[in-house]
Amino acid sequence: MSRVIEIKQLLFRWQCEAQPVLNIDSLVIEAGQRVFIKGPSGSGKSTLLSLLGGVLIPERGEINLLEQRINTLPAGKRDHFRANHIGFIFQMFNLIPYLSVLENVLLPLQFSPPRRARVLHSGTAEDEARRLLSHLDLHEEHVHQSVTALSVGQQQRVAAARALIGRPEIIIADEPTSSLDADRRNAFIELLIRECDTAGNTLLFVSHDSSLERFFDQRIDLREINRAVDNRTEAA
Amino acid sequence: MVPVHQLALKSLWNRRFTASLTLLSIALSVALLLGVERIRVESRNSFANTISGTDLIVGARSGSVQLLLYSVFRIGNATNNVSWQSYQELRKHLDVKWAVPIALGDSHRGFRVMGTTVDYFEHYRYARHKPLEFAAGKPFSELYEAVLGADVAEKLGYQTGSKIVIAHGAGEVSLFKHDNKPFTVTGILRKTGTPLDRTVHVSLRAIEAVHVDWQGGSKMPGLSISAQKAATMDLTPKSITAALFGLQSRVSTFRVQHYINNYPAEPLLAILPGVALQELWDMMGIAEKALLAVSVFVVLVGLIGMITVILTSLNERRREMAILRSVGARPMHILFLISGEAVMLILLGILIGIGLLYGFLFIAQPLIENRFGLFIGIDWPSLYELSLLGILLLVGTVVSIIPGLRAYQYSLADGMTIRI
Ligand SMILES: Nc1ncnc2c1ncn2[C@@H]1O[C@H](COP(=O)(O)OP(=O)(O)O)[C@@H](O)[C@H]1O
Ligand SMILES: [Mg+2]
Repeated sequence: MSRVIEIKQLLFRWQCEAQPVLNIDSLVIEAGQRVFIKGPSGSGKSTLLSLLGGVLIPERGEINLLEQRINTLPAGKRDHFRANHIGFIFQMFNLIPYLSVLENVLLPLQFSPPRRARVLHSGTAEDEARRLLSHLDLHEEHVHQSVTALSVGQQQRVAAARALIGRPEIIIADEPTSSLDADRRNAFIELLIRECDTAGNTLLFVSHDSSLERFFDQRIDLREINRAVDNRTEAA
Repeated sequence: MVPVHQLALKSLWNRRFTASLTLLSIALSVALLLGVERIRVESRNSFANTISGTDLIVGARSGSVQLLLYSVFRIGNATNNVSWQSYQELRKHLDVKWAVPIALGDSHRGFRVMGTTVDYFEHYRYARHKPLEFAAGKPFSELYEAVLGADVAEKLGYQTGSKIVIAHGAGEVSLFKHDNKPFTVTGILRKTGTPLDRTVHVSLRAIEAVHVDWQGGSKMPGLSISAQKAATMDLTPKSITAALFGLQSRVSTFRVQHYINNYPAEPLLAILPGVALQELWDMMGIAEKALLAVSVFVVLVGLIGMITVILTSLNERRREMAILRSVGARPMHILFLISGEAVMLILLGILIGIGLLYGFLFIAQPLIENRFGLFIGIDWPSLYELSLLGILLLVGTVVSIIPGLRAYQYSLADGMTIRI
């Protein structure tokens, strides 16, 4: 099985003088895994995801995605890499308010020719967006709606469809369910996992809520792999 | 590069209320700029077109602008006259081809009355050597006959055959009317867009006739000479206000001018109309430039307003930028998105501004022509206007980079982090 994510000797701090936020010796995630990363809020989960997305670069260490070292790529190439290979879902309000549901879902295709090509291989982009939306329980009446007219749960499902379109290898979800109530939370995770299973993406799901662990086949506690945390608690 | 212009358009549409206010301010300032420029050019043209084909204007010695003002624009009064004798001698000069005397001083209901000869209608040229034409009737031939400029006839509702009475002096309400010597309108000139339109033309002898019972600006008490009696008297004028000269050849202009300016019998002044017009225009040029400068500032204010609106909206759009970054947008895309919106606003503002200008011209053109005698052509934008707009677009684009750079910095700092 190939390594989709491989982190080695990673060190990151926000300001030069400050305590490191992340100090991770090694983290490996294999293709097709459903991974749950937990950690209390402020423990550096979002920071780690920004590093994986190539928006931040570590002070030292290696971040390999799909067997490519991304932290040494120039900024433009990192942005391309993110567009082509990663779909993100955030906590809430992660849709563009002035675009319709459909336009939001199609947005990544504008920035990623490979994902667009993949979608067009099997039909039109709109059909694919509609297919994903209907798998996520959003039907015809929602497609052309303004995203601001949707409930939070529906918005999160639109965000999921947007992350999934064009089948990027990696789906990263940063606390996507923390604004949903328990029933919707479970339904959302089940839908997301089902979609990742059919499309074969690797899913990285981040949350402080350990009650969600049970849906995933690999669980990582950030505090266990992040040595920066020990330093900080010692310092405190 | 990913086309972000669709995003920019949709985002503008989403904020269409504020955007349309910004757009309106830019469009209005563009319309103002173009309008001022148009009026400037057209008034200069119509100004330069007031008189042509006349080589020299001769009057008593004073300033050249003053002479031009009263002889051509019927503004102000001559301080001195030219004696009839000198005029007669000057017109006999070898180089002089034609000469037309003019006598000013009277008026009719606010319009100046000018005494001249029928040669005036033949020799006076305006615009590019356009001769005068009669819209109705013919030049005066009898003593108490008058030819009206187009505006006089239109404003006062005169036709050929109408009777008019001229008044002493040039005021709107005149105390003394030469009402015992009424004039018959024999002709009405076609509109020229020059001060001629607001002039009542009579013969030089008629001016003399209405003044036979006058002396030095007031009526001689107890003396009243009837129209018929005056007609039988010797009506050769003693002096005229000014004269227009046409020369045999342009080459001799300066020689004749020199000759007249050094005329021994009395102090005279000969001016070249073109030169004096330019001089006069230059005097008014300051106002004209000030007007243009003001409208340029209005445009700048419009641009600054737009940049301010965009800059203040940036903070609440950081979420949108973070989302775009997460789907793969580069900070450069963000810059183009924000700057692109500004450029679109400017471009649209320019187009709407042009539309507003033409709409306004379409409605106001006849009014302006009627009221100010200024004909503003509804032509395609001139090269100069286009280059003004080009500069505006260029400056606007450069200025638009400011909010774009700001957004670029934000998106570098925020990355995908959504800040609320
Ligand atoms: N843009 C930033 N600049 C400086 N410090 C930051 C920034 N973002 C996060 N941090 C700090 O990094 C630490 C980890 O934050 P974060 O990764 O958001 O945690 P989590 O997502 O696990 O709640 C926190 O102490 C936070 O204050
Ligand atoms: Mg977080």
